[in-house]
Amino acid sequence: MAEPVAARVGVVEKTLSVNVPIVRAFAVFTQNMGAWWPATHHIAKQAFTEITVEPRAGGRWFERAADGGECEWGRVLAWEPPHRVVFSWHLQPDWKFDPDPEKASEVEIRFFADGAEKTRLELEHRRLERHGASWEQLRAGVDSPGGWTAILEQFAKAVAS
Amino acid sequence: MQTYVQAGLEALGDATRFAILQMLARRPLAVSELAETLPVSRPAVSQHLRVLKDARLVSDRKAGTKRIYEVNPEGIALLREHFDKLWEQALTAFKMAAEKNKEAEHGRTGGSKSRRRRKNTKR
Repeated sequence: MAEPVAARVGVVEKTLSVNVPIVRAFAVFTQNMGAWWPATHHIAKQAFTEITVEPRAGGRWFERAADGGECEWGRVLAWEPPHRVVFSWHLQPDWKFDPDPEKASEVEIRFFADGAEKTRLELEHRRLERHGASWEQLRAGVDSPGGWTAILEQFAKAVAS
Repeated sequence: MQTYVQAGLEALGDATRFAILQMLARRPLAVSELAETLPVSRPAVSQHLRVLKDARLVSDRKAGTKRIYEVNPEGIALLREHFDKLWEQALTAFKMAAEKNKEAEHGRTGGSKSRRRRKNTKR
């Protein structure tokens, strides 16, 4: 129990196998994100037309809307094609950007070649507890019908089922 | 569970409790440590902790003579649920896109433009 409980539990892990070579898996994931990211999850008022990951450590990660407006999602913390990429995630649970690094979680995606034509992905979204502090802000001020309340209702349904 | 979420919402409606949870999200702390940093009395801190504990956002344990408070994993479970669902959906879509990409390349000569999403035309 040396590590704080919050740090240990604030992690979501996913694994996935795709039937494409590692280079392609990495490329589609990082350089063609707009083609697959669920259109319902974005922060601009309009739907995004593309999602850009600048291919370097320190690069930006942002969405661009039809009118050309850009909304930040986070930063590229590590860029090791085609094996590993780490992002900071500055989107709060209501899909608002928060520039404070203290409130940003981290997403790490690791790619492993499973033969020439298959790739295994391991995704780790960690430090989720850093978004925990935003609950109160949302509750206190900026709550909206489509925002936190709706998400919490989904949570409630999810945890009840 | 519904009650738990409602209690959670009420517990969060206070600026001091907000500050307490922020501090505990960084590391577990004793009441005295919280009271030293916050501009409220120690009994007031205890009162807030009780509300947070009743809402199951924090839990406590005994360490020697002290009582240590920490963020309750169950509270964080809500956030995990949110992100878990998000990635489930996103990765499923990613797999489809990656494998579709490959088919298009192997199975056709030219016509790569047709793969492009028509998201822009929506609405």
